[in-house]
Amino acid sequence: MPLFGKGSGNWLTSAAGRRLLPEGWLSGPMPWVIAIMMFLMALTTAAGLALGFTAEGLRADIASQISIQVVDANKGRRDADAGRIVAAVRRLPGIASVRRIDDREMAELLQPWLGAGFADSDLPVPALIDATFAPGAETRLPAVAATVRAITPRARIDAHAQWLAPLARLIGSLRWLAGVLVLLMAAAAAFTVVLAARAALDTHRTTIEVMHHLGSTDGQIAQLFQRRIATDALFGSLLGLLLASLVILALGDRIGKVGSDLLGSVELPATGWIILGLLPIAGTLLAMVAARASIRLALRQRL
Amino acid sequence: MRQGTATIVDFENVGLRYGGGGGETLSDITLSLATGAFYFLTGPSGAGKSSLLRLVYLAQRPSRGLIRIFGEDIVTLPRERMPAFRRRIGTVFQDFRLIPHLSIYENIALPLRINGVAETDIDTPVREMLEWVGLSGRAYAKPATLSGGEQQRVAIARAVIGRPEVLVADEPTGNVDPDMASRLLHLFEALNKLGTTILMATHDLHLVPRIANAQIIRLDKGRVADPTGALRHPPRPDGPAPVYGGRA
Repeated sequence: MPLFGKGSGNWLTSAAGRRLLPEGWLSGPMPWVIAIMMFLMALTTAAGLALGFTAEGLRADIASQISIQVVDANKGRRDADAGRIVAAVRRLPGIASVRRIDDREMAELLQPWLGAGFADSDLPVPALIDATFAPGAETRLPAVAATVRAITPRARIDAHAQWLAPLARLIGSLRWLAGVLVLLMAAAAAFTVVLAARAALDTHRTTIEVMHHLGSTDGQIAQLFQRRIATDALFGSLLGLLLASLVILALGDRIGKVGSDLLGSVELPATGWIILGLLPIAGTLLAMVAARASIRLALRQRL
Repeated sequence: MRQGTATIVDFENVGLRYGGGGGETLSDITLSLATGAFYFLTGPSGAGKSSLLRLVYLAQRPSRGLIRIFGEDIVTLPRERMPAFRRRIGTVFQDFRLIPHLSIYENIALPLRINGVAETDIDTPVREMLEWVGLSGRAYAKPATLSGGEQQRVAIARAVIGRPEVLVADEPTGNVDPDMASRLLHLFEALNKLGTTILMATHDLHLVPRIANAQIIRLDKGRVADPTGALRHPPRPDGPAPVYGGRA
């Protein structure tokens, strides 16, 4: 039977059908409980999605990169080794780009720790080379390491994916946690609907008994309540999403003003907003299914 | 009254025991209702009249025995098929059971809507029913504003608008004055003449002679009073109604 069926059931969705249950919509606590649940669900979903997109971004930007440091107090030898390493690595298959960080860039990088005047000092600073693998070629890291070590044992290779791994695992755990929380909140919302449906059945016991004796099917009776519950659930869901959206926008604004690169990368792209926009539809469908199932189950207790 | 030889309701050794212990409310009920006949179901309070009616209008399954309605065994009838059977049985409850927040019109229209009749085909039969029960002027009144007799007429109109094959009425004259009882009985008789089998529970034996060829089923302590069944004779029009029980 369709959710808002035709045939013998379609009058139930007409004005005549609606008059069978006299009280207006939003008459109970259910829409407000669903609004609260949807508010929390939308925030949690947004957090999970933002973390997910951030993790993807980090992986794409950083996981394919390696840094090669040539640590040698002898500047001439260091520069020579660095030049040979750049040339050798560039020739390797699977390498998208190789470049040595020049002295001016190194000075800018180290200035916060060593001060403005260090560029003019004799302080030995490692030569730094950035290399990027072509997509899917990250497995070639051992070949790069072997090539570099063949040139000089004083070189050190840092695969960015290695230090990124704990952060990626943390983000992965937080995403799972967000998913579990969303499921728990959806289950709580569904149970709220079940309780509301059962209370409605109790309130309208006389009407249901009369309809039952006159030959109503379980589907017809369920449909009566389902429409009302769907309307309430849709209202609650939209209200919850609206409030959550305001909070997400406000938080995004605050994060932007912090000025941190890492925090700044946490953002909700358009795809995330589309997914959030689907939550009220999913919530309403869930409410309808929960209401229908619980009402039909309750009616099965009768002959 | 049209009365065929076919039976429309058959009970065979039916027993009914409600949950919660105690003995049987109905025991060894064996009876048959002929298609198109008019039956009074009589007996003292607590004899089991309402319980027997509940079995006929499918509000209850028996604890034992066999019940056939419209030729089908309703004891084992799947629950999903019950609504279709209920639509063929009209029921008039002693307490009317009108839906209080619906108008008289909508109460009467309810069986048609449940049965899937198009909205455009509802108004005419409902108006006819309102006229038949003499309530044309109260179509949009709420049940609470009607007298007991008027509410009972609405209940009758609602029970018969779907042209049921069997009409079950539980003490329909119990809450009305004698004049109204006569009017209600007249409605039942008119319906019976259209071919509907009527089973009417009543305390009031004075009603019995008013229906020509009506038959009586008498219950006592949950049993048909004359189980041997020779059985049901029409009441004498010129004397007090004889009381019988048993098989048709």
